[in-house]
Amino acid sequence: MAKQLRNIRENLLLALDTLRTHKFRSFLTVLGVLIGTTTVIGVASIITGLNNRLVDTMEQYGSRSIYIFKFEPGIRFNLTREERMRKPLQYQDAVAIRQYCPDVEEVAVDMFYNGPAPGAKYKGQEMLDAGIQGATAEDFSINGATFVDGRPYTELEDTHRLNVAVIGSDITKRFFQGEDPIGKDIIVGGNTFRIIGALGKRLSFLGDNSDDRTVYIPYWTFRKIYPDAKENLIVAMATPNRMNEAMDEITAVMRRMRKVKPDQENNFGMATADSVIKQFNQITGMVALVMVVLSSIGLLVGGIGVMNIMLVSVTERTREIGVRKAIGARRQDIVWQFLLEAMTLTGAGGVMGIILGYVLNFSIRTLFPSVPSSVPLWSVFLGFLVSISIGLFFGMWPAMKASRLDPIVALHHE
Amino acid sequence: MEPFSTTEPEVGTGRDGYDSPSPDNIVILAQDLWKTYDMEAISVNALSGVSFSIVRGEYVAIMGPSGSGKSTLMNLIGCLDTPTSGQYWLNGRLVSELTDDELAYIRNKEIGFVFQTFNLLARASALHNVELPLIYNGTPPAERLERAEEVLRKVDLGDRMDHRPNELSGGQRQRVAVARALINNPSIILADEPTGNLDSATGDEIMNLFERLHQSGNTIVLVTHEHDIAARAHRIIHIRDGKIDRDEKVG
Repeated sequence: MAKQLRNIRENLLLALDTLRTHKFRSFLTVLGVLIGTTTVIGVASIITGLNNRLVDTMEQYGSRSIYIFKFEPGIRFNLTREERMRKPLQYQDAVAIRQYCPDVEEVAVDMFYNGPAPGAKYKGQEMLDAGIQGATAEDFSINGATFVDGRPYTELEDTHRLNVAVIGSDITKRFFQGEDPIGKDIIVGGNTFRIIGALGKRLSFLGDNSDDRTVYIPYWTFRKIYPDAKENLIVAMATPNRMNEAMDEITAVMRRMRKVKPDQENNFGMATADSVIKQFNQITGMVALVMVVLSSIGLLVGGIGVMNIMLVSVTERTREIGVRKAIGARRQDIVWQFLLEAMTLTGAGGVMGIILGYVLNFSIRTLFPSVPSSVPLWSVFLGFLVSISIGLFFGMWPAMKASRLDPIVALHHE
Repeated sequence: MEPFSTTEPEVGTGRDGYDSPSPDNIVILAQDLWKTYDMEAISVNALSGVSFSIVRGEYVAIMGPSGSGKSTLMNLIGCLDTPTSGQYWLNGRLVSELTDDELAYIRNKEIGFVFQTFNLLARASALHNVELPLIYNGTPPAERLERAEEVLRKVDLGDRMDHRPNELSGGQRQRVAVARALINNPSIILADEPTGNLDSATGDEIMNLFERLHQSGNTIVLVTHEHDIAARAHRIIHIRDGKIDRDEKVG
């Protein structure tokens, strides 16, 4: 065993020496392997970055939050007839959940503005992309909103339909540079609201977070101003470690509220931070698969290049093989020599690819701070392992060819 | 395996007063060696029934014109090839029927090759070239270096150990090759036209080195077509048309 290891070390040094002698040729040969490895590392780091960012973004809204929608969440292209016929969620549904679900701690109801953003005005300045949303007071605590100034509105302000508002951080930044927003009046869609609270900046996933551009007003105030808005979003917060129980209870209550017959599917949808992340993972999984296929093509082309150059190397060194055999190299010694050379070659390409992958990762982080890409360790191991395997696989035939040379013929090769 | 048990070998054809021939000091014993190459329509006999023996410490030249079969014989003696028929014992071991890997082992342990074209590894230092055979029998690195330095000093190249072949003269290169041949203390040193690529003065120097090795007890088999070179040996086996033409003592 020690003898074998020594031989491997010996062959490794020899292989590195060959690599040094033919630097440029070796580099060109492993370009495919290099690109393939870089792709694997690069894609893995972007996906990891997006994933981490999504997890952080979702978690700021609370890992115990359960969102209840009219539709199943996810990407879809057309609705079924049944889905088009669904009626909106009702405020009463939220009341029922609060009352009948023992594992639900708190419930909030949101209502969204129909149509393009109404925009906001303050002292002659205008912010066109500002939006407005009605939300019950619980919404802030369930969704983990942070107040940098002021306070959330009270239930009393909500039920009395007062024109008060809590503003997102972008609005504070746009209108109240060096000025205290609390107590100021802001105009949204022609209605004036007194600002009572200002929110901290939200993390965002890809681009900016629209929550930062939103003026939050009490739910009932919203309904008074926009009587045509129908679509409610219900957010429930489960008691700690009772997510599944809470979801079961909500399902039961919602089915009863929406009069779903026992043999019918749910006509509403639910999502949690977890389920959104899972769904995203499915998408990135497919992206990763596509990239694996693409990088495999690079690696295959690279592998064929390696096989070609190894055949050249065997031919060039026929005499050397003859000499080595004459002084006692067995077949396996020659096989190992050339296999290790091929593996060193592609391994070096893999290492360069890994380094380039890190550079790529660093560039992405620098250029797109909202994609905090990071190189996962498994992709480094995978990249290195795959590149070495390419050498092993495509170096096999040239190595066998070398080992089968007749020493007499090889010694007289010119 | 019991060598020498089947047929009592005919020994002493080349006795010239070194050791009294007995089965114990016979290094090479060839009995009725045939080598036939099958061409498309005909078979060509490169060797047709060659028998001889060489005793430990002998200095033998195998001589013959090109096409005489001496290269084929050299390949058999060097265990690079196996005979079509006949037996070949090397140092008491029947090697004519061994596998490729077993032959590689025998070449490593029992035979030290010296080639006409030196056949050194161009990218390796003299030291590394000389230690190469030890790599293939798993000698530890420290011991390899020690022994390689020792044999290089033996061929007066103690000050050229780190030089690559292209930094050495022809004579120095051939001395590196001789050092490489010596490193495993082989049973025989097999030299194939060792002076063929050297000018006569350098060739002479190499022949003197062989003489020295012979005097210190090495068995040397020299393959050549030059009479002057063959005459430096103490026994000449003349090969012609695949047969031993003459076996004479000289010197």
